[in-house]
Amino acid sequence: MTMQASIEETLRGAMPLEWLEVVNESHNHARPGTQTHFKVTAVSPVFAGMGQVKRHQQLYALLSQQLQDGVHALALHTYTPQEWALRQGVAPASPDCMGGGH
Amino acid sequence: MSIENTIREQISSNPILLYMKGSPDQPQCGFSAQAVRCLMSCGKRFAYVDILANPEIRATLPTIANWPTFPQLYVNGELVGGCDIVTDMFDSGELQTLIDSVELQG
Repeated sequence: MTMQASIEETLRGAMPLEWLEVVNESHNHARPGTQTHFKVTAVSPVFAGMGQVKRHQQLYALLSQQLQDGVHALALHTYTPQEWALRQGVAPASPDCMGGGH
Repeated sequence: MSIENTIREQISSNPILLYMKGSPDQPQCGFSAQAVRCLMSCGKRFAYVDILANPEIRATLPTIANWPTFPQLYVNGELVGGCDIVTDMFDSGELQTLIDSVELQG
């Protein structure tokens, strides 16, 4: 299974998701052809009432195995369905990696 | 002092503190660079720790903070978030409001 599929499967199994997009952004970064940089956009009602720090901590905890297995950049964009509607379904772009310290 | 205590001391004694890869002048990662740009735009002095130069902190802070990646921004002793949250807050103006509320000593 690819890392992308593993991330998707873990998140789908853990919470109801109205939208989930997992993008392998490794090609933008220091090591082409690897599976190290991912961007996750997740829209779920479970995020209601949680601050951004708690939402991210929850996703990091769910994906701890993937982080141990070589994912070291995980851009997270977490929204409730209401917040997602306000954004009209657009998540921010990730910055370019500079290749240092990996 | 244990490394945990060193980290707690850093977080409690620096009202605006960024743990990052590299330095604000020479960030070594795009995510750290973006967090620095947001913070600098807010116009207040901030402290930083280069975790590439401090491998013990790099190894230990994620377990203390329950946050596995860098950068990590702390304001008034609280984890504000990483690059994504800091950028969202900057875009919405929340970061400016938060930074403006910080009273720096000296």
